[in-house]
Amino acid sequence: MLTAIALGLALLGLLALAALVPTGRWAGHWAGPVVLGGSALVSAGIALLAGGALAFGLPEGVLALPFGPAWGGMRLALDGLSAWFLLLLGLTGMAASLFALGGPARGLVAWPLFLGGMVLAVLAADGFTLILGFELMSLASWVLVALDHREAGNREAARLYLVFAALAGICLVPAFGLLGALDFAAIRAAPPEGWRAIAVLALGLVGAGAKAGLVPLHLWLPLAHPAAPSPVSALMSGAMTKVALYVLARLLLDLCGPLQPGWWGVPLLAAGAASALLGALRANLEEDAKAALACSTIENVGLVTMALGLALLFRAADLGPMAALAAGAALLHAMAHGLFKTLLFLVAGAVQHAAGSRRLDRLGGLIHAMPRTAVAALVGIGAAAALPPLSGFASEWLLLQALLGGWRLGEIGLQVAAAAALALAAMAAALAAAAMLRLFGLAFLGRPRSPRGAGAREANRFELAGMAVPAVLTLLIGLFPGLALALAAPGIRVLVGPAAMPPVVGLAIGAGEGHSAYAPLVVILLLGLALALLWLAVRRRSPATAERGPAWNGGFIDPPPEFVFGDPLSQPSAAGMAQPLRRMLGGTLLAAREAVTMPPPADPRPARLASGFEDRAALALPVPAARLGDAIAGQVERLRGLTLRGSLSLGFATLVGLLALLAWLERR
Amino acid sequence: MGFGQLPYDVAHLLGGGMLLLSFMLLYQRRVAAVVSVLAAQGAVLALAAAWQGWVQGAPQLYLTALVAAVAKAGFIPLALHWMIRRLALARGVDAALGIGPSLIAGVALVALAVAVALPITTGAQALAREDLAIALSVVLLGMLMMITRRNAILQVVGLMSLENGLVLAAIGVAGMPLVVELSTAALVMLVLVVAGVFVFQMRERLDSLDIALLHPHRGEGE
Repeated sequence: MLTAIALGLALLGLLALAALVPTGRWAGHWAGPVVLGGSALVSAGIALLAGGALAFGLPEGVLALPFGPAWGGMRLALDGLSAWFLLLLGLTGMAASLFALGGPARGLVAWPLFLGGMVLAVLAADGFTLILGFELMSLASWVLVALDHREAGNREAARLYLVFAALAGICLVPAFGLLGALDFAAIRAAPPEGWRAIAVLALGLVGAGAKAGLVPLHLWLPLAHPAAPSPVSALMSGAMTKVALYVLARLLLDLCGPLQPGWWGVPLLAAGAASALLGALRANLEEDAKAALACSTIENVGLVTMALGLALLFRAADLGPMAALAAGAALLHAMAHGLFKTLLFLVAGAVQHAAGSRRLDRLGGLIHAMPRTAVAALVGIGAAAALPPLSGFASEWLLLQALLGGWRLGEIGLQVAAAAALALAAMAAALAAAAMLRLFGLAFLGRPRSPRGAGAREANRFELAGMAVPAVLTLLIGLFPGLALALAAPGIRVLVGPAAMPPVVGLAIGAGEGHSAYAPLVVILLLGLALALLWLAVRRRSPATAERGPAWNGGFIDPPPEFVFGDPLSQPSAAGMAQPLRRMLGGTLLAAREAVTMPPPADPRPARLASGFEDRAALALPVPAARLGDAIAGQVERLRGLTLRGSLSLGFATLVGLLALLAWLERR
Repeated sequence: MGFGQLPYDVAHLLGGGMLLLSFMLLYQRRVAAVVSVLAAQGAVLALAAAWQGWVQGAPQLYLTALVAAVAKAGFIPLALHWMIRRLALARGVDAALGIGPSLIAGVALVALAVAVALPITTGAQALAREDLAIALSVVLLGMLMMITRRNAILQVVGLMSLENGLVLAAIGVAGMPLVVELSTAALVMLVLVVAGVFVFQMRERLDSLDIALLHPHRGEGE
């Protein structure tokens, strides 16, 4: 099985090579379908293999590749955790590749490399292979983000993205170096202790957090996602941030061993709660559909990180079932979010393709022009808003249950932290629901806001197929979360210990007998019953035939005839819908500002209301970062100005230093 | 083969002689004397190579010894002497680091080389181990000479001495192909020619051999 997946990896590499062939007919007609179709097939195969491994037994042992660095070859292995994330990777990769088939074929070399890098990082059984795959993923996705580099804003976004990718690499390489060995089995046998373990925690949290988009390292997400083509942003948001979370879980929960102290969970919990709240709030304020989705990604990554932190806390407190509950919440939410966010980004891509814009102020009324896309969007929006019976509700319910169990942690400080995190998570969920409502309402409901939007057409069949895959899976996971969690059981055991049982009660999910449980089938039955009763009651009370009248336009007078699509002011705008939340929460959290300029009396100019917000991290981080960059550049400049003898001395001093290091290492 | 046996003792003696000559390179105050010491070091290297050739029964090492004797003990020092006469350069050594501190740094480097080389080669032959430690010391001392002397000719001498150390390491290991030594010797000849041309050019244009005068002429220029 491992060999089959490794062959799939090799196939992805061959596809990237094939995309390099520059000859006319191939490059013009066949390269796109072959590379993207091949990527979709390989992804589907990988998803099948990973799902099969989870259902019917994982392959034993380690596959040593016949090449690699001199100090030991590269190794691949598939355990529960990697198989779960590999399943997600395969599914999102298949959906995004299918969707990409329906558009212009671009970035064909980087696309399979991006997929292959993620697969390699997840499959790795030693630190070198993992870092190699991770960096391949970072570089290939950077190329894809920079595809539209003719626009200055996109260049800026790609540069920022590269800076954060480099930061992730700079932190992760020493984090894996400090583990004391490269092979994962050897690390598990002798996990790091003392200051080394704490350094691994800090470096791993910063490194993986920068790639996953944890606050305050989230600045690149709302810029890079709109800059990238839609299938790429779907894959970045759905799969790449999950690979970063996988690295975080693998590093902190698995490799560092079960004996680490419980407070390790607190930084994760805090960073996760901050990300969840800030991401959800920003998603309400963004006026670009993809930027809003990217902010929602920050929120969901925060929720998963919170669940991982809780799992660490519960595991250290010897609360096995609660730890399994938290770990199950993390894994299920990673899967659910990976699927519904892929879906939503693909919907945003289809909308941009059909209506010509991502700006919410230029969309509207698309439900009439694109009914199938609207249904798919509704599924994704519902899951992102955590509505039952969709997948987002199941996983967030698990997370809230785990947070509600926070009082079982012995220390009062941890209990208070868990309670605060609970409040923040609930607030984030509510804000996310509001953001999703705003997104769907502005884009799909109401009247078109621009002529281009009014002429929108339904997405083509490849795009529809690409959206159908995650939509159906979101529904299925929502209906049968118990089955999904049963598949995730090996992964939960990797995270919290071999004795853990997944939080499943039959087809329902819950922390075991005697606790509250969530059975989506029952919920959907009750919901259906209530809706049917309502429908019956309405039918009985209302006249027999429905009548269509003119839509109420909010009390405005009829628009002048030159406004073909109605008076634009009679529809809410993106900024207008964001205003209450911006005023309520934006001031403290986001440095929101609002200024009214009133012209003096007798001046015919209109009064103006200018409003906006600025992320506090964007205000706080770049200045010291730029100062640091200048300082480093100054030092390097001094190196360049060294004399001949100075250059020789530098080389000599380096050699002597390395020899001294060698001598010191031999003494130990 | 160990302490108290003739092959070991003689090889050890010759290696130690080279190290001693490296130190002599460091404390000479006159350029001509430095070149003479370099010639002596080349001669000792040739002896060491010949001895190793006899001990290991490897005839190619005699060739190495011949190359060392002709090039390092004969031709290169003669060329350097000729250069010094031609340039009327009988001045003393202009050191960036004083003679005393240079020697102390040299002793520290030898200690470092021994500390590094001996533990790494546990299990190898005693002769190879000592040989490697001495060779590494000679290399490090050559580099030290290159960075602590301001005179271009002395930098060339430091480079020669460094190369002597490399060859000493190479001949100590049984079964090393001759190609390596020949190519390094050829390379160093080339370096010498380049350095000679460079020195003449420098002399003509700048009227001095102080490399400090070169600083404004590096690469991009201001």
